[in-house]
Amino acid sequence: MSQNFTADYWKRVVFPLGEPTGKPAKKRKLSWPVVLLLIAGALVLFAAVGMATGNHSLTSSGQVAAALGSAVPIGMAGLGGLWSERAGVVNIGLEGMMVAGTFCGAWAGYLVNPWVGLLAGMLGGALGGLLHAVVTVTFGVDHIVSGVGINLLIPGICAYVNRIYYKDYISAGAGANQSPPADPLPYITVPGLSSGLKTIENHHWFLVSDLAGVLGGLVTNLSVVVVLAAVLIVVSYFLLWRTVFGLRLRSCGENPTAAESLGVNVYKYKYLAVIASGAFAGLGGAYLSLVAAHFYKDGQTLGRGFIGLAAMIFGNWMPGGLAMGAGLFGFTDSLQLRDPESVHVLILVVSIAMALFALWQLYRRKYTATVVSFVVAGGLGAWYALTDEVQRPLIVATPYLITLVVLSLASQRLRMPKADGQVYRKGQGK
Amino acid sequence: MTSPNPAAKRSLAQRISGERIVLALAAPVLAVVLSVAICSVLLATSGKNPFDAWNVMITYATKSDGQVNILNRTTTYYLAAAAAAFGFRMNLFNIGVEGQYKVAALFAAFVGAQVDLPAIIQIPLLLVTAMLVGGLYASIAGLLKVYRGVSEVISTIMLNSISLAIVGLLLVPGIFAPKVSGTSNSIQTDPVSQSSHFFSIPTAGGNLWGFIFVAALVGVVFQFTLTRTRFGFDLRATGRSESAATASGVNVKRMVVISMVVSGAIAGLIGLPELLQNSYYYGQSFQPGLGFLGISIALLGRNSPIGIAFAALLFAFLDATGSQLPLQGGFPFEIVDVMKGTIVICVVVAYELVRRYGLKRQQQKVGAQLAAQAAAASNKEVAA
Repeated sequence: MSQNFTADYWKRVVFPLGEPTGKPAKKRKLSWPVVLLLIAGALVLFAAVGMATGNHSLTSSGQVAAALGSAVPIGMAGLGGLWSERAGVVNIGLEGMMVAGTFCGAWAGYLVNPWVGLLAGMLGGALGGLLHAVVTVTFGVDHIVSGVGINLLIPGICAYVNRIYYKDYISAGAGANQSPPADPLPYITVPGLSSGLKTIENHHWFLVSDLAGVLGGLVTNLSVVVVLAAVLIVVSYFLLWRTVFGLRLRSCGENPTAAESLGVNVYKYKYLAVIASGAFAGLGGAYLSLVAAHFYKDGQTLGRGFIGLAAMIFGNWMPGGLAMGAGLFGFTDSLQLRDPESVHVLILVVSIAMALFALWQLYRRKYTATVVSFVVAGGLGAWYALTDEVQRPLIVATPYLITLVVLSLASQRLRMPKADGQVYRKGQGK
Repeated sequence: MTSPNPAAKRSLAQRISGERIVLALAAPVLAVVLSVAICSVLLATSGKNPFDAWNVMITYATKSDGQVNILNRTTTYYLAAAAAAFGFRMNLFNIGVEGQYKVAALFAAFVGAQVDLPAIIQIPLLLVTAMLVGGLYASIAGLLKVYRGVSEVISTIMLNSISLAIVGLLLVPGIFAPKVSGTSNSIQTDPVSQSSHFFSIPTAGGNLWGFIFVAALVGVVFQFTLTRTRFGFDLRATGRSESAATASGVNVKRMVVISMVVSGAIAGLIGLPELLQNSYYYGQSFQPGLGFLGISIALLGRNSPIGIAFAALLFAFLDATGSQLPLQGGFPFEIVDVMKGTIVICVVVAYELVRRYGLKRQQQKVGAQLAAQAAAASNKEVAA
């Protein structure tokens, strides 16, 4: 096995058809007006479908709030991946670090209070990150192997301690293998605004009610951790892209040898990034065991660490894209908690969206894409027309199917940090 | 051959030199010792004597029923690891083994229940079904990677979750499960026909699964393909350096799809030992988690067919004997997962340390040789 297995392999993740050579293709950067226009367009589409079917659940405040809640653990895992990979360390161990977060969060949340639980969750995740940093940075082991080991080790330790420790706490509400419940964290509801929006939403006016539903979801019963997560993503952006610290950290992920020649302590930045990465994943885990549920249970994370990684790659290793990816995954993830009817309506929405996409491709004279999009749109439309509801297993699988479709449409424009996944030894540039 | 080939001879001698063997063995031994030490501490913190636990595990491994249990598990683990390792050799990270074997086992169970042919046709039919389904499911990831540029890591993670939906959609009464389920609440396929039962060897400790020979065959074919065929050479070349492989005329896209399909086909076999030798039906609780276990074993065995055999044996030993821990002495079974994790991490660290040490030794040796040559040369000059 070659020494740079991860690096080679990770490069192929992004450029499976070979690295782009020569000058990059015309870069079509999404500017703010375009993004806002797209969002408005989507809202109009949802509103129209809601009007036509009489089912407004997709833009209801409850749906939006649920989507936000599901997006938090995914987004935090993705943010962890972002920090670590921007410093050049691939972190497959996010899943294990999240488990550490769920365990430590619920434990300290029960013993002290949920605020300390959040901190403890971050600390637990950071410890996992430290282990990953020691193994990959100091010992220079392949990043993926270390991550896989961490995904085995940390859930194992947590399950073990869970089994021997909580059996003495049955009287406090612990189960055979779950922790006693912790107190809930506060929720934020903007007074006045929330109820006002709710009234508008209930009128089911075209577009206005849908907009009110979305906004209402953002100001009603919002967990403080959701707010914290949003703040952390914004802060990460400023820290990584607008400060000297961030420039140095990213330089370790792009070209560590050059960074070293400029006097950057590459090991230190890599350590910091991977530990921070673990802390964010741990926060995502603590959210699961303190907000989504109030106790720790084995297997609570359900692969969200991996989904977070996917959200980050989907977002092109950028905080904004990562937030969008997490939002998309969170939205589809939360659908399985809602009524099957809304998923059925979603099929119609996607079908119309695909048809519009096909028209756009036709305008750009990409005829193959046009035909494919039209066929998909027609198939989905037929599916919607011919069935009354979507089977449960399919609802559960929707986020993953959507991810596959979106990635197969989008993934060729991604660019990862240049030295991502490469093992770096101090002084190797001599 | 009349003229001896000194280069080849030297490499053979180097290969079997004692120091290299010691260095190669040092890493795994170091890792296991470290892992045992860490787990002893963990066990001790629960207020129990760790030596009792080790004693329970080793005692079980010396009994014949324990040994048969270990070998039967090794069979399954070996197949899982071989599936993952085949992709790794080509730098393909097939995380989707998990989904591939579940879908494949479901279809094999369905076919096995519906068709009743003589065993000599029936069993190959089931093997081919499973491999075909596994390969086809894996090919989705391969094709998406080649034609749409989707990373196989992401797509196989998604396909793992989608496989659960496929099982959930198909494993319902009326489709793959019988219409009227029996007394039990769990939904499962009909049992496979009598002729589908794979042979097993009765021993003092119970039935040794005949599938162990299939696993061994897979290992032999794996090794032969990699080292003795053009395809294997292309595969390893692509794994080492894609650009070099392309330059020498390898069709990388084709290699990606083929390797993914082969990896998936091997993955299709993973569920069969359990299906054809033990449970005889596919239910909702059909052995989960083997795919991820296979990845760990493959990495532990460094993706070589022989290495993963030892790694599979080690993990099978841990799982089989670990299952005795709660029964005798009330140790939590979860300690086994901790051991596996520490072994994987320790072994890679140990490999790296040993590699660095070996490199240093080599440098010193070469340095000493050069110094001796230089000294000899200067001596000659002095003498002349």
